[in-house]
Amino acid sequence: MKLTRLAATFAATMIAAGPTLAETLHFPSLSYRTGPFAAGGIPFADGYSDYLTLINERDGGIGGVPIRQTECETAYNTERGVECYQSIRGDNPLVLQPLSTGITYQLIPRTMEDGIPMHTMGYGRTSAVNGEVFNWTFNYPANYWDGASVIINYLLSENDGSLEGKKIALLYHNSAYGREPIPTLTNLAERHGYELLTIGVDSPGQEQGSQWLQIRRERPDYVVMWGWGVMNPTAIQEAANIRFPMENFIGVWWSGSQQDVRPVGAGAHGYKALAMHGTGTDYPIYEDMQRYVIDTGKYAGTGDEVGTVLYSRGMYAAMLAVEAAKKAQEIHGVAAITPAMMRDGMANLEITEELMAELGLPNFGPAFSVACENHGGSGEAMIQQWDANAGEWNLITDWIAPDREMIMEMAMEDSLAFAAENNMTPACMN
Amino acid sequence: MSDTLLFAMEATLNGLTAGVMYALVALGFVLIFKASGIFNFAQGVMALFAALTLVGFQSGQIPFSHLINAMFGTRLHHFGWNMPTLLAIPATVLVMILLAVLVERFILKHLVNQEPIILFMATIGLAYFLEGVGDIMWGAEVKALDVGLPKGMSGAVDDATFAWFGYGFYIDRLEIWAAGIAALLVAALTVFSQYTKQGRALRAVADDHQAALSVGISLRFIWVLTWSIAGIVALVAGIMWGSKSGVQFSLSLIALKALPVLILGGFTSIPGAIVGGLIIGVGEKLFDFFMSPIIGGATENWFAYMLALVFLLFRPQGLFGERIIERV
Repeated sequence: MKLTRLAATFAATMIAAGPTLAETLHFPSLSYRTGPFAAGGIPFADGYSDYLTLINERDGGIGGVPIRQTECETAYNTERGVECYQSIRGDNPLVLQPLSTGITYQLIPRTMEDGIPMHTMGYGRTSAVNGEVFNWTFNYPANYWDGASVIINYLLSENDGSLEGKKIALLYHNSAYGREPIPTLTNLAERHGYELLTIGVDSPGQEQGSQWLQIRRERPDYVVMWGWGVMNPTAIQEAANIRFPMENFIGVWWSGSQQDVRPVGAGAHGYKALAMHGTGTDYPIYEDMQRYVIDTGKYAGTGDEVGTVLYSRGMYAAMLAVEAAKKAQEIHGVAAITPAMMRDGMANLEITEELMAELGLPNFGPAFSVACENHGGSGEAMIQQWDANAGEWNLITDWIAPDREMIMEMAMEDSLAFAAENNMTPACMN
Repeated sequence: MSDTLLFAMEATLNGLTAGVMYALVALGFVLIFKASGIFNFAQGVMALFAALTLVGFQSGQIPFSHLINAMFGTRLHHFGWNMPTLLAIPATVLVMILLAVLVERFILKHLVNQEPIILFMATIGLAYFLEGVGDIMWGAEVKALDVGLPKGMSGAVDDATFAWFGYGFYIDRLEIWAAGIAALLVAALTVFSQYTKQGRALRAVADDHQAALSVGISLRFIWVLTWSIAGIVALVAGIMWGSKSGVQFSLSLIALKALPVLILGGFTSIPGAIVGGLIIGVGEKLFDFFMSPIIGGATENWFAYMLALVFLLFRPQGLFGERIIERV
């Protein structure tokens, strides 16, 4: 009896103390702070959380409704990611960020059925760019095929517009993620006349002796890397070991963080990678971040990842989610939005240079707008280069556009095949 | 000499050095299995934990600082000094010995006379526990490990092979050092087990637990001794693998490389671990060299297991393992 009364008092106190769950905006985070890929998962999760904390602390939430954050540990494991989804799907999650291509593939049909939007920024299923088939999945501002195309366009600009007779090796993580750029690079090889050499590395990628012996034998002009986790520093170390010219070694955006180059030391100097956003703390937003989140001790994790590449990516993902939520509130005229309303916000999102400057992130990400026919944004990316002496990434190009016409053609083919397999009729959602 | 033959020779040479790296991990398994019949699933995590501790000491990191900061709102990270490698290595050895004492005190002591599978399960639990403790103690970020070992292409091998064949072979200097260190380690272990009182006691326990106990050998002491030695071997493996690809949590997965080595070499033989490592190393490099153009590469992870499987069919006890004869 005493226990029942205690429980009732506790429940009453909780209700009186703060807003009810329905009066909050639920932003879950499917993070991985443990396991072999934790080094990459932690800064992303911290950046995502810190930005949402900033919005709560500085603005009192979105449209006056506080944000409620929850975190579920996936350990970058697909089964655990699906378990996380099952545990939060009934709790009005406004948008899912699975942070894993494997988990994304599993969740696409589930989120379609449950009506929960998913944002896979720079990862996941590339053909989700076709919003007529993948109504609930968004992959703006860029996807893997964009990344592959941006790299080739960059190499074209470095070679006076011709890659004829060049040899390009793709060193890829032997997984759904790593194999994503192969069709694009193969198509572009036919178009631009370069020879493509594909070299797989089994997960996690600590042992790459054979692959780099092959690279040494084949002598490619460029090596493009699609790696993650320990595969990245190992590859950069091996490249340094065989004295491969580091400026001819370019990684995707998941192979271009501090975690990838620092363990290699001076050997990593000159290594290049794609950047889908800016990095470092040289943006006005960090004044607010310092004041409302860092100084008050409300930061996620240990607070020592602020401004790193993957922290910036997590922050960028949160920023895009918040802007989509604002758009949804504007469209529907209600502050306490539902996942379906959030989807509408994402489908009509418009990011302009002015808005980025207003948010304290000038030129941090590309300007783009989302539409039913294009859930993938502009696809633009920059190239950054590691300066081992200064210990920092430097942007060495402006935004480079991908070959979107070809990519949309490929995406259309793949997405329509998915629709046919699943007996779906492609159509835009109103 | 044809290019293919030269490339195959280079792959073989690299396979031999890679095999030594696998053998370093396998040695720790053999030591514990030989002395106590326990298949220590935590050996890979021990290598990770040892490497994390070494880097932590070297960089003057405050252990558990993340936990302390989260609990008390402090901003502790480093002591403000760096420990020289020559001091950090013995300090890490002491930590590994302390770990062995704790494992004996809190796990093994309570599981005396249990089935081997129970002890195996206990080491799985230990692996998860140790991985979590390592994370809380030192953080999950990738750490560079530098103990002064040279890295990169060996110019001497490159020059010599170029002079002989007109093609310079690539070999990583770190792996040459690993081969030398592994040879020293095996020599030290042999001297220890043959010529010291503790080593003889260890062999006695390995031969027959009951007989060893009956002549007054302390089983608990032997277990602490074995786990301490396995901890030191784990430190050596952690240094080598950590120097190669940085110290991070996937380092614990190197244990997976040791399993096929053990199947080939036998679970109870130190020379078996070395020979098994070399066979796996050379086998996977040559297989990759010849088969990659046909099947698309990424063969290293599964080839070793396939080879071990084939081996099991003909020699289940491994090359140097003890033959199991059961009479009915």
